[in-house]
Amino acid sequence: MLFEYAVIGGILLGIFYALLAVGLNVVYGAQKIINLAHGDIIMLGGYGAWELYNTYHISPILSTIIVIPITVLFGYLLNRLIAPRLVKASDPEMLSLILFFGLSEVIQALASLVFGSAERSLPVSSIPTSRLVLFGQGYPATWWVSALVIIPLLAIFVIFLYRTSIGLQVRAVISDSVEAAVAGINSKRVSGIYFGIGFALAACAGVWGVFIFGGVSPTEGAAITITAFAIIVFGSLGNTLGTIAAGIIFGIFYQLAQVYIPSWSNLVPYALVIATMLIRPQGLFGRRQRIA
Amino acid sequence: MPKLDDLDLTLETGSKGKKLISPAIAALVPIVAFAVGVHLYSNELLLTYMAIYIALAQGINIIYGFTGYLPFGYFGFFGVGAYASGLVMLDYNVPPVLAVIIGGVAGALVGAILLPLFRLRGAYFAIGTLAASEAIYTIISNPSLQSITNGPYGLNLAGFYSSGTAYGTAIALAALSILATSFVRSSKFGLTLKAIRDDSYSASMAGVNVPRQRFYAWLIAAAIAGMAGSVFGWSTSVFYPQAVFDPALSVLAIVFALFGGVGTIWGPTIGTVVLYAIYNAIGVSNPQYFQLIYGMVIVLLVLFAPRGLAGFWNYITTKITTVRAKND
Repeated sequence: MLFEYAVIGGILLGIFYALLAVGLNVVYGAQKIINLAHGDIIMLGGYGAWELYNTYHISPILSTIIVIPITVLFGYLLNRLIAPRLVKASDPEMLSLILFFGLSEVIQALASLVFGSAERSLPVSSIPTSRLVLFGQGYPATWWVSALVIIPLLAIFVIFLYRTSIGLQVRAVISDSVEAAVAGINSKRVSGIYFGIGFALAACAGVWGVFIFGGVSPTEGAAITITAFAIIVFGSLGNTLGTIAAGIIFGIFYQLAQVYIPSWSNLVPYALVIATMLIRPQGLFGRRQRIA
Repeated sequence: MPKLDDLDLTLETGSKGKKLISPAIAALVPIVAFAVGVHLYSNELLLTYMAIYIALAQGINIIYGFTGYLPFGYFGFFGVGAYASGLVMLDYNVPPVLAVIIGGVAGALVGAILLPLFRLRGAYFAIGTLAASEAIYTIISNPSLQSITNGPYGLNLAGFYSSGTAYGTAIALAALSILATSFVRSSKFGLTLKAIRDDSYSASMAGVNVPRQRFYAWLIAAAIAGMAGSVFGWSTSVFYPQAVFDPALSVLAIVFALFGGVGTIWGPTIGTVVLYAIYNAIGVSNPQYFQLIYGMVIVLLVLFAPRGLAGFWNYITTKITTVRAKND
């Protein structure tokens, strides 16, 4: 019984972890930018949801949609500001790593100045509260409600990427930005928009992070970034569907560890990232080139 | 923006005498400054920490400045050193100065264990080391290991505290780390490291044993961090695992080194002194403002001055010489 509980709970949570990680993968997408501020964008999403609920009494389910345009715009502008300098650098990946590390510190500092350093949480009553009962086991409302909101969100994103013309342009730019530009695609704008979408996905994850992590605080970003990084490395960098699958597998692993070896469960993301990098650097679903 | 290969590749040239004197000055100036400073400024612990940060910044300098590998998880060696030295002091009553050396050995040992991480490059290495250090932290602070490491409750070394000796050891460590950097910079070893950093493929074609040279630099950096952690634990007396396995340690060391200029001897020392002084002026009461400032410093450095203060200094001196040359 305990095992089924861990697996089903892990899948529900894993859907959240898939969203948590997919934004990092998207930002990596076109310009090979490692967004070390990913966890901090997630944190900002959490504060956004908190403010929207406490000031305007907006349900977090609605907030998930409200944060999208704001963060897309923010990400787009940021990208246009920094991308020209990064592209010129000899090692853009490493440079972006340090740059976003600085940005992460700035966001963290601003967040603690604006929101204070105490953890804030949303009342569970802000979303439907009934427990989900499956095979005689009850699961907290936050788990299944977040999964129910996130599944369509991820589905829309995948449809956008694989079934729309902008999505096609995005994939063209990712696979070869020069050739895409030759084919008439405005690769700077497309990568800027895609970068913004990565930020938006992170912010959406942040809204639900408030429930799954039990609150939001200015310093939570770094640990979330590592977890997200572990998941995208596990599911192959740059592979969207791989990331989603890896998120769910990670959820199951994490939940199994929580149930059977609770005091060691925090090791799961670290062990996962190290093991993947050393044993199968291209990730579970990686093909072709060796990326690490 | 200057590319990596614009960074100075010059081996310290000049006479044999100058080769010995300039590192000696680089190490002596901080020693004297610290020895005098403690009489002018009474907060000895703060100066101890400053010396420790100089060592850490120099350690980052050796591994990042000369090989291009940026270890975000550098704090792991610091924590391992603090625990190794603390535990040998508590369990076997080892004298503190010897324990500091044991801490350095422990750091180097963990560095050797983490060697497979060098299969990774760039950002993957940076994050791989971070994950490894977080894993070490999770293990050492785990309640299940309370009988060995005292789990989440940390170590109490109050019985070994002696302010003067700890301070002296911290200064010696800072000087040692500066000497290590000058050795790396002015030796053939340093030149091979730079060759590896700029083009490891060509370096190996030229007969450089790439993995071995990199390994040595890594061990030196790890040993420095291990000793730094040991001195930190000893002078702090009572510490919790999260204090010695604090990612902020790597963060600050990296910022200090970058700010001063990596790949140089003076850069990390000056960067640490300047920024750590600012940190203590405003950072202790308002850590967020300090965090804001250094976050912005990093962003601006990356975008506009990737070579730090040292690059700025070179820029000015070159300008002056060109102006002079024109006037002549």
